[in-house]
Formats: sequence, structure tokens, C-alpha cells
Amino acid sequence: MAGTNRSELELTEILRRILAERGRLSVPVSDVTDDADLYLAGMTSQSSAAVMLALEDTFEFEFPERMMRREVFESIAAMRGAVTELLGEVDAVSQP
Amino acid sequence: MNDTDARKQFLDQLFASGLFIPTGIAGFYGRSAEFESIVEGFSKLVDDFSRADGAERIFFPPLVPRTSLERTSYLESMPHLAGVIHSFRGDDRAHRALLDTVEKGGEWGEFLDMTDLALAPAACYPLYPTCAGTVGEQGRLVDLSAAYVFRCEPSDDPARLQMFRQREIVRIGTPGLVTAWRSLWLERGVELLRGLGLDATVEEAADPFFGRSGRMMAATQRQQKLKFEVQVPICSEQHPTAVTSFNYHREHFGRTFGIRAHDGTEAHTACLGFGVERIALALLKRHGLATRDWPSLVRAQLWS
Repeated sequence: MAGTNRSELELTEILRRILAERGRLSVPVSDVTDDADLYLAGMTSQSSAAVMLALEDTFEFEFPERMMRREVFESIAAMRGAVTELLGEVDAVSQP
Repeated sequence: MNDTDARKQFLDQLFASGLFIPTGIAGFYGRSAEFESIVEGFSKLVDDFSRADGAERIFFPPLVPRTSLERTSYLESMPHLAGVIHSFRGDDRAHRALLDTVEKGGEWGEFLDMTDLALAPAACYPLYPTCAGTVGEQGRLVDLSAAYVFRCEPSDDPARLQMFRQREIVRIGTPGLVTAWRSLWLERGVELLRGLGLDATVEEAADPFFGRSGRMMAATQRQQKLKFEVQVPICSEQHPTAVTSFNYHREHFGRTFGIRAHDGTEAHTACLGFGVERIALALLKRHGLATRDWPSLVRAQLWS
């Protein structure tokens, strides 16, 4: 699954699924827009760390220290941007 | 001399002087009356600094309900430090199997069951479940005195004990009340320690969260400046030891335990903990192992 070309829609679906499983939001994920503040929706620093691990497992990359920041996980849109950036780096590395 | 050797040397000095009494388990030592007199004197000094604040005094044994570890996600953050109390609940047959295993030197822990209790991981933990409900307009200020806490980390560093005391004060209320109180103590705490001749500095810090997710939690904790420590050199100038921490929990405990501010919102909490054994060790390192020879200015503050 790592480094494959993936549409923004697919990515968003994956993110929403992971959020539903690990984010521990106090509202259904379907009620949360892409730009909504996930911390206001109930995500804690612990559940954001769980989401981070799930993203790493799913996409087979690691978040570097510089991206272990609150704002990287603060919305679905923010996470989508971070994942896209890291997948781009994975793609660059795995080109023969 | 590297840090590890310096700490081991200090520990040996503490044993030789009788201030610490070895038990065969790293991080678990008896203390002499002289050592305890430093702890008591320091605790009295904190009383002097804080008396005018009018805190409630509550005292807990060093325990928490086991469910507190579950509800606060302690097992997610720091499972490697937890201590959960187990006991034997079996019948005669299980008893014989237990004794048989003990005799053979086997893993007899499997015959024990969890109880409802765990050792307190921090001195403020026992308080929060008892605060469920709505606090008044001025919130609550609770002084838990010097309470024992447990961290499962055996070490030859005398400043890393498995069971030690935190002189703990907790503030509960609106974010404004709580952050103002923490700021007040950030200044006061440094003043108190410097007044005893200690080279104290304040640093942003993070808890020792476990594992990879722990690195993320530590990064965000630092980013939000939730934890400050006062650091004092004990066995190392390059790596001073945290002897006091000031922790802002935002709504973590308020939400978990149903504590509400007077306006109905989730209460915020903060706590400060003086590591009294570490402070005693810092004083012994700074002023010498014989307290009768300490500067009179320090002696007067601790034992007037």
C-alpha cells in the first residue's frame, strides 16, 4: 500500500475510518467536516498519538520528529496534507 | 567521571554515611532520622510559603482505585511505571499449586489476581475522583502534603527511587484560575529553592511517555508548555535533575472524573509537586553530608 498513487477522496476515507477507530471523538466522524478542529471534537493528545500510529501502520511510513506536532493532526485536511507529503517522500525513495 | 559513575559514587556515600539504608533492591532504601529531618524541614518551608493561600488539606494513603489507571489512560502513557496490587483469591487446590511453584522457583504471579487498588503514580491522582461535581467560583485549592508515589524503575541513581514523596498542591477551576496559580508557583518554587542555596532553573519538559506514541505525546506536551520543571544539578552539572514539576492538565482530569467549573464547563486542573527526596539529595550534595555543618541561613529556614 505504501507509496501508491491515491486519490484525495480515497485518502480522506481512510483518514475518516482511522479517526472513527482510534480518534475517540465525542461526536460521529461523519459529523466532522474536513476542516473542523478535531481537538474540539474530543480528540486528546493520547488519541492523536493512537491515530498517528495507525497512519504509520496503514501507509508504512514514519512521522519524523518535526511532524509530531499538534497542528499536523488538528483536522482531517491537515492530516491529509501531512500524509500526502510523506507518501511523496516514500515515492521518491522507492523509485528504482 | 561520567554521570553513571558519579551517581553510583553518591549512592555509596549515602550508604556509608547511614543516610540511606540498603535493602538489596535498587531504588528502595531505608532513610535515617537525619535524612528525614531534611524532608520534614523542607515540607515545613513549603507550609510557610503557602500558608496564606488557605488550601484545604487532604491526606491519602499512596493508593488509587485501579480503575483510575484505566480511566486516565495511564496504561497508554506510562505502563512501564505502573504498580498494580495483586493478591491471592484462590481455593485450597490453587494454594497448593502456588506453594509448589514458589518452591520450584517458578512464576507464581500467575496465581494472583488484580485487586481494586494500584499504587499512586502521582500524588494528585487519588484526589480527582473525589472531586466529581461542580466546584465553586474560586475553584478548589488542595494541599496533599508529602505523599508517596510509585514508579517501577529500579536504578542505582539515588535520585531515581521507586517510591518517593511529592509535596503536592492541586488547583481546580476555570482555565484562568488554574493557569494564574501555576504561574504564581513557577516563580515561588524557584525562589524557595534558590533561597536554600540551590542552583535552580526552570525548563519546559515532558513526561516519560512510553514507546513511539509516547514521543508524539511528549512533543505535543512540550509544544503546549503543559509541563515545567525546576532543575537542580545533583551529580551532574550538564544534566541537572528535575526536583519540582508544575503540570497543567487542561481538562484531562476534569473530563475523566466529571469535575465541572462553576460555569458548568469542564474544570481544568494543574498540580505542582516538589520531589522531596531529590531536594534533600540536592541539599546534601550542595552543602555536605552532615547537616550540622550546613550554612546557618539554610538551617534557619528548615529547622528554626
